[in-house]
This record gives sequence, structure tokens and C-alpha cells, in this order.
Amino acid sequence: MLLIPCPWCGPRNEIEFHYGGQADVSYPEDPDSVSDVDWAHFLFYRDNPKGVLAERWSHQAGCRRWFTLRRNTVTNEIHVDDDASEAGAVTR
Amino acid sequence: MTPRTPGAELPEHPDWLWHSPEPKKSYDVVIVGGGGHGLATAYYLAVNHGITNVAVLEGGWLAGGNMARNTTIIRSNYLWDESAGLYEHSLKLWEGLEEALDYPLLFSQRGVLNLAHSLQEVRDSVRRVEANKLNGVDAEWLDPAQVAEICPILNTSEDLRYPVMGATWQPRAGIAKHDHVAWGFARELDRMGVDLVQNCQVTGFERVGDRVVGVTTTRGAIRAGKVALAAAGQTSVLADELGLRLPIQSHPLQALVSELLEPVHPTVVMSNAVHVYVSQAHKGELVLGAGIDSYNSYGQRGAFHTIEREMTAAVELFPMFSRAHVLRTWAGVVDVTPDASAIMGLTPFDGLYVNCGWGTGGFKATPGVGWCYAHTIAHDEPHPLNAPFGLDRFTTGALVDEHGAAGVAH
Ligand SMILES: Cc1cc2nc3c(=O)[nH]c(=O)nc-3n(C[C@H](O)[C@H](O)[C@H](O)COP(=O)(O)OP(=O)(O)OC[C@H]3O[C@@H](n4cnc5c(N)ncnc54)[C@H](O)[C@@H]3O)c2cc1C
Ligand SMILES: [Zn+2]
Repeated sequence: MLLIPCPWCGPRNEIEFHYGGQADVSYPEDPDSVSDVDWAHFLFYRDNPKGVLAERWSHQAGCRRWFTLRRNTVTNEIHVDDDASEAGAVTR
Repeated sequence: MTPRTPGAELPEHPDWLWHSPEPKKSYDVVIVGGGGHGLATAYYLAVNHGITNVAVLEGGWLAGGNMARNTTIIRSNYLWDESAGLYEHSLKLWEGLEEALDYPLLFSQRGVLNLAHSLQEVRDSVRRVEANKLNGVDAEWLDPAQVAEICPILNTSEDLRYPVMGATWQPRAGIAKHDHVAWGFARELDRMGVDLVQNCQVTGFERVGDRVVGVTTTRGAIRAGKVALAAAGQTSVLADELGLRLPIQSHPLQALVSELLEPVHPTVVMSNAVHVYVSQAHKGELVLGAGIDSYNSYGQRGAFHTIEREMTAAVELFPMFSRAHVLRTWAGVVDVTPDASAIMGLTPFDGLYVNCGWGTGGFKATPGVGWCYAHTIAHDEPHPLNAPFGLDRFTTGALVDEHGAAGVAH
């Protein structure tokens, strides 16, 4: 069970959250010029590291806001992003 | 039911079924991963293609990965033609495997019920039954009374929050003892001269241009005419060494067993909506599983709330389970794809083959995977049964979308 630090509400039990996968996956700037291969990568390919992964979580049972945190996928150690509460951290 | 001693039909524990050779400097084929898939692939390379200068390299101990952790459910009642083709081929091989390996696998065709709890699920299930029949897969739609006849301990009353509105029934489905499956393959492989090398972690690859010509391991470099990945949840880590990105995500999947009980549970029951699946092992443990934990993890452990939800569903469906004690819980690392189907075939590198993405459901495919993957490796071309499962489907869009359709929710 993870203790997840919501940047707005503080540390809460994992069951209050929804996992959103890898962070910083941006929608292509110019969709019309994207090749099939690049579309495939945008839609279906995500990093899957054994180590630290930057990922999106939403505090569904709390403030319902999305934020980014970095978590070690082996140890579950969580590193809170300093800028997680800034608008810029929200992926388009 | 006649009383019996639990475990009486289990064979003696084997002492030495295979040797533990030093790895040679080079092989025709090196298989990375000594789980069921790696072993079955080596077996069919030898039996179907006469290729025996092969090593199976296992980082830990033989078949100690997901092969030792799964809930052993075998079935072929998948919706899409591509999946039905592959899993039904596998089920047919299961039906002759005990004889082929001359080893007791405790393959028990006790049938599987996939429950439906909503009108939409009823419709989807009936559709799947008809699709199964068209593909030559045994399948029936049962109403709640018929379900209760097959599995009397199941709560089929109407006062559940999600009552059982019926179920699909595949009589030829069942379970097998996973350790014995691995040991049976390993014994045959050893006899045929295939090297099963344990404690040999593959750390990287040797390349000449775009051709993979060997692997680096914790026991030195090993040359290989061909390298075949069968490393289940660890495949991304290996592929990263080549800069090869794969559309898989690794998650923990948990299972648990109860103490030993007298035979109470005659079949396999799966419920997608409330999400639990249950069978009773030969020795008597109730074996239960559910969905993956949501986040990526290589930690081989999941969270307790996942188990709690699974138990809530189990106790509602099987009220008598409330008296059973949980003995052990554990997790494996499974590799999940965007369309819930496996990836098996060629890669952008010559001499490198990929088999991964079986997620929560690859045990049932073990002999089928071995058969098709061996063909792919021997001929440098996928077998017609695994051709639809190539990496290119994520670019062409020809997905084999088995979410829900397969009766799995992850
Ligand atoms: C809890 C749980 C329940 C499941 N229930 C079912 C079920 O009921 N029915 C079903 O069909 N499927 C089920 N599955 C899925 C099934 O277990 C897997 O899909 C299947 O075992 C994967 O193939 P495998 O047997 O080769 O994997 P594994 O047994 O995991 O084999 C991979 C092997 O590769 C080794 N390896 C990894 N990296 C390296 C490296 N770098 N070098 C050398 N060796 C390496 C590992 O140590 C491991 O032994 C379940 C899985 C889990 C975890
Ligand atoms: Zn919050």
C-alpha cells in the first residue's frame, strides 16, 4: 500500500488515487504531419523502467487534481516533484 | 463425492530431472528465460525442427518466475479468431502433453465458468459463445440454475449486489500443476541435450550492425546464431539494452491460497465484473486471483487493498469461503499490452525474436507458444497462428483487442 503525497492535501492512502501512467506524454503539436510510426508511439508506447518513473496520479477521492510524482518501480520510494503543483506540470 | 486423501494422486517429488551444465561459448539458439515459455520453445525447436544446440538461460532458478506464481487456469474461450486460433491450438497440445512428456502434469479438464453480472455482460458472453463455436471451441451459455448445477457452492441467488445472470461454460478448460509442466519439459530437454543454465542473468546483447550475435551474461559472453526472448515481465529491461522500445507495461499481479480443504469446488469460476477467479488445487488449497495493481512495478509485491477487493467478491460469490484462512499471498511481474494480447514474432534486429506481453494469461498458452515461437525462430518467419501478434500491429492498427472479450479485466 503506497502513501502518496498529494501536493494539495498531503499524504493519503493509495486507495484514494487513480494511476494515470507515464507523465509528460504530450499530444503531437501538428497531428497531420505525424507518421504512422510516431502515432503508434504516441498512442501505445510508454517507458517501463526498472527504477525511477515520472508518473501521473489523480487524487480522485480528495481534491481530484492531477499531479506528477517520481516513484521507484522496484522500491516504491516516492520523490515529490517540487513543481508538481504548477500548471506547467499538467500534460496537454 | 468419495472421500480421499488430499494429495494422494501427486507424483513423487523428483530428485534430479536435469543437469546444471556450464554454459558453452556458443549455441545455435539462445533462449532468454527459463519459464514455461522458454522451456516449451526449446522443446518444440528440438521436436519439430531438429534444433538441439540450444541453451535456455535462466537468471534465477528454473521456472521460478511467473511459471511458479500463476493460478494455472487453462482455457481457449477467447472472442477473436486470432486468439481462439492460438489458445485452442495450445489447449489441443495440453490434451496430449502428459503423454508426450511422459510426466504427470495433473492436467484436469474440470471446465471453466465465466460469470456474467449485467445485461451487457450477458450479451457479450452469448456473443463469445457463438464466436467460440464458429472457431471449433467448446462453449455453452448457461442460465443461473444450470450454473448452480455445475458449481453448487456458488451463490446464484438474486439478492447479490451483482447477481449471477448466467455464465459461459467451457468443459475442456481446466488447470494443470505448473511446476510439473516445467519439470516435464526440462527433463525431456535435458535428455535431448539442450543446456538448461540457471543463475545466468542476461545483461545485454552482442551485435554486428543490426544483427544480434550473442548475449552478455553474469557468467560471461555467449555467442548465438539466434536469440529468443522469453523473459515475461522483464522484457522491457532487456529490450532497453538495445534501444528497442516495446508497447508493454510491467505490473504486479497477486494471487493467494487458502489452507488445505476437502474437495468443495468442482470447477474453475471466473468473474470479470466483480473480479475474482477461483479453483481448488489438487491438494485442496483454494487458489484465488484478481486483477493487476494499477501502477508499474518490478517489486513482485502488490497492495493489500487489491486482495481485500478480491476477497470481498469471493466471499459474496462463495459464502462458505468466509470460514477459510488465507495461507499465502504473493505477486508476479506481468507485462501488459495496450490490446491485452501477446507480442510474438520478429524484431527490427536480425537474429532477435520477441515473445512477451502475455500479461495475466500466458500459462494456458505455454505449449502453443512453444510450438509457434519455435517455428518463428527456425524459419525466421511467424507461424500463421502467431502472425497476427507481431509488433507491427501497433503501427498498422490491426490490434487483437481482447480486453473484456477475453473475460479478463486488467
Ligand atoms: C499471480 C499470477 C497469476 C496468473 N494466473 C494465470 C492463469 O491462471 N492462467 C494463465 O494462463 N496465466 C496466468 N498468469 C500469467 C502467466 O504466469 C504468464 O503469462 C506466463 O507464465 C509467462 O511466461 P513464462 O512462463 O515464460 O514466464 P516466467 O515464468 O516469468 O519466465 C520468465 C523467466 O525469465 C527469467 N528472466 C527474466 N529476465 C532474465 C534475464 N535478464 N536473464 C535470464 N533470465 C531472465 C525469469 O527469471 C523467469 O524465470 C498468471 C501470472 C501471475 C503472476
Ligand atoms: Zn488532493
